[in-house]
Amino acid sequence: MQLVVVADAAVVPELPAVARSVAGRDEAVEAVTFAGVEVPAGDLARELGGHGVARLHVVRHELLDDYAPEAWGSALATLIDRLGPSGVLAPATHRGTEILTHAAARAGLPLATNCVRLTADDASGHGGAGDGTWRLTRTRSGGVLLEDAELTAPVRLATVAAAVETPQVPLQAADCEVVESAVDVPPELARTRVAERVASETGLSLSTAPVVVSGGRGVGGADGFVVLEELAERLGGVVGCSRVATNNGWRPHRDQVGLTGTKIAADLYIACGISGATQHWVGCMDSAVILAINTDPEAPMMQRATYAVEGDVHEVVPAVLAEIRRRGGAAAAAGSDRSAAEESEPAAAPPVG
Amino acid sequence: MDIVVCIKRVPAFGAQVPLTDDGSAVDTRHLGFTIGPHEECAVEEAVRLTAKYGGRVTVLTVGPQDAGEQLRYALAMGAHQGVLVDTGTTELDPEATATAVLAGLADEPDPDLLLFGDASADAGHGQVGVRVALARGLPVVGGITGLDAENGSTDGNGDAAGNGAVSLRASRDTPDGTEVFRLPVPAVVAVKEGLNLPRYPTLPGRLKAKKAALRTVACDPEPGGLHTVGLRRPADDRAGAIPLGRGADAAPAVVDVLAELGKV
Ligand SMILES: Cc1cc2nc3c(=O)[nH]c(=O)nc-3n(C[C@H](O)[C@H](O)[C@H](O)COP(=O)(O)OP(=O)(O)OC[C@H]3O[C@@H](n4cnc5c(N)ncnc54)[C@H](O)[C@@H]3O)c2cc1C
Ligand SMILES: Nc1ncnc2c1ncn2[C@@H]1O[C@H](COP(=O)(O)O)[C@@H](O)[C@H]1O
Repeated sequence: MQLVVVADAAVVPELPAVARSVAGRDEAVEAVTFAGVEVPAGDLARELGGHGVARLHVVRHELLDDYAPEAWGSALATLIDRLGPSGVLAPATHRGTEILTHAAARAGLPLATNCVRLTADDASGHGGAGDGTWRLTRTRSGGVLLEDAELTAPVRLATVAAAVETPQVPLQAADCEVVESAVDVPPELARTRVAERVASETGLSLSTAPVVVSGGRGVGGADGFVVLEELAERLGGVVGCSRVATNNGWRPHRDQVGLTGTKIAADLYIACGISGATQHWVGCMDSAVILAINTDPEAPMMQRATYAVEGDVHEVVPAVLAEIRRRGGAAAAAGSDRSAAEESEPAAAPPVG
Repeated sequence: MDIVVCIKRVPAFGAQVPLTDDGSAVDTRHLGFTIGPHEECAVEEAVRLTAKYGGRVTVLTVGPQDAGEQLRYALAMGAHQGVLVDTGTTELDPEATATAVLAGLADEPDPDLLLFGDASADAGHGQVGVRVALARGLPVVGGITGLDAENGSTDGNGDAAGNGAVSLRASRDTPDGTEVFRLPVPAVVAVKEGLNLPRYPTLPGRLKAKKAALRTVACDPEPGGLHTVGLRRPADDRAGAIPLGRGADAAPAVVDVLAELGKV
């Protein structure tokens, strides 16, 4: 059996397909979720059935009703032991990774995180008692490098990134049966229950904003970000920054784009005075359009961007703002001219002839 | 509060990542080395916590002898002592790294707090802290960007040892907001950049660290089940950038692009 973990409020659709592709011929694909996952099991089962998953195990225990990383990981390890799957896949989300890491440590199994490709060495050899091997590719340093690796274990565990190569495997829609599974959870694991939760303010955030105007060392100081703020606002976006800006105290860390900051995928990323070190690049490379503004035409960001402006951010950004205002003004003026013209048209139209 | 911080020596590359000809590793012949930003914050936090509550900071690394350079950097930041678990390499799988960390901890007095980075800067498995915690039977939380010690009871779960500071308040950001944990000590916490703004070592700090003695432990851990075959650079299908001009004169071309994208 291959087991797919539903850790968050949604099924990651790629997971059942990847699980199918590494499954032996006679192996079923089943799923597991936790009582504390907010979506009703019936809804999850319907969705999973559409992806060919025949059974959804819901693990229950009072310590699983709210998120508790150690308790959820321990429950998953128990279920792995009970069901004896040959592979377990979780999404490479915050929770998916955390739970599978805890389960792996408890079960004494290796784990490959952030996989973007997975294949079984010998799909027919599964289900037996011996170790099997997966060949896989995982990302390193946020995606700067790909690592080809082999995972050999009696139960293979992996977290699967959203960017995974989805194998073309035939999936037959199934009636997914919901099976309740009571598990024992050591009571001391209550120690890592979430004690308090603060909801974030709604509104644009760095990870979801359609436009990000980002500044680096070239912006020169906290004051230099004022025009970037203005441009971001004009474009319906937010301000981001490089690690140099954070380390200098010009911006808070929550604005940092990159490997150890936030990974974004904006419609438009504007990099102002940012050189484009790999650790920054991995944070912004998934953006659709990248515009670089930099005094150095040889800077890596200027080479890799979609568009490049060679120049000082202190001149270019204000000039762009002025041009936006001018056109806005012109459009508004043109608009009022037109209506004025329309109003005055009858009078102004000279009688022909 | 005695604290152990685990740090990893990683290559510091810039715009390109050079690989060895056979693709088995990063070619580090012309690169410097560093510790990851998450771990730098872990060291900084440990130094601040011991300044506030007393106790000592031990930094521990698993790697070749050269990794002493990273231990000395942490000592220059204010850590008190360094342990080098000499495995000859940092390129171990997470199970083997955890085994080596445990070997390094074996002869140390039990710390109240073990700090890790949330993920190592190069391999990024995100596993070593959890594996070490499990092996030592300690509670563990990861992704932490806010940490402080609190006095008082810990719901009877922790033993109230230590000098008054018996529980930890650890918080982290999630896609929906903030999660707060209250942990008894001893505990393991894996932290992320943003926790604090790490200091730059002072010159006297560096000089002192240069002379400090490091404890070295030899270790040759069994490999785990994840075996690296090789490294590759992902295909980059971006064409070269389209130049839009120079200086303020480029503004109209820029706004044309913004208009085309429907942003103005
Ligand atoms: C493990 C690790 C993780 C890291 N994580 C991150 C991360 O998450 N995010 C991140 O950003 N960095 C990260 N870094 C740091 C990264 O390697 C770079 O040091 C950093 O991104 C550089 O920031 P910068 O581009 O602002 O500065 P610099 O590299 O100094 O570049 C400044 C650029 O501004 C240009 N410039 C100067 N003056 C002007 C001007 N007046 N107008 C226009 N252009 C000008 C220069 O030509 C230059 O290209 C990490 C590093 C390591 C080792
Ligand atoms: N070679 C090492 N030496 C010491 N600590 C390490 C080593 N590798 C990983 N760690 C610690 O474990 C954390 C997670 O690493 P990883 O599981 O590789 O992502 C790192 O941030 C370090 O704190």
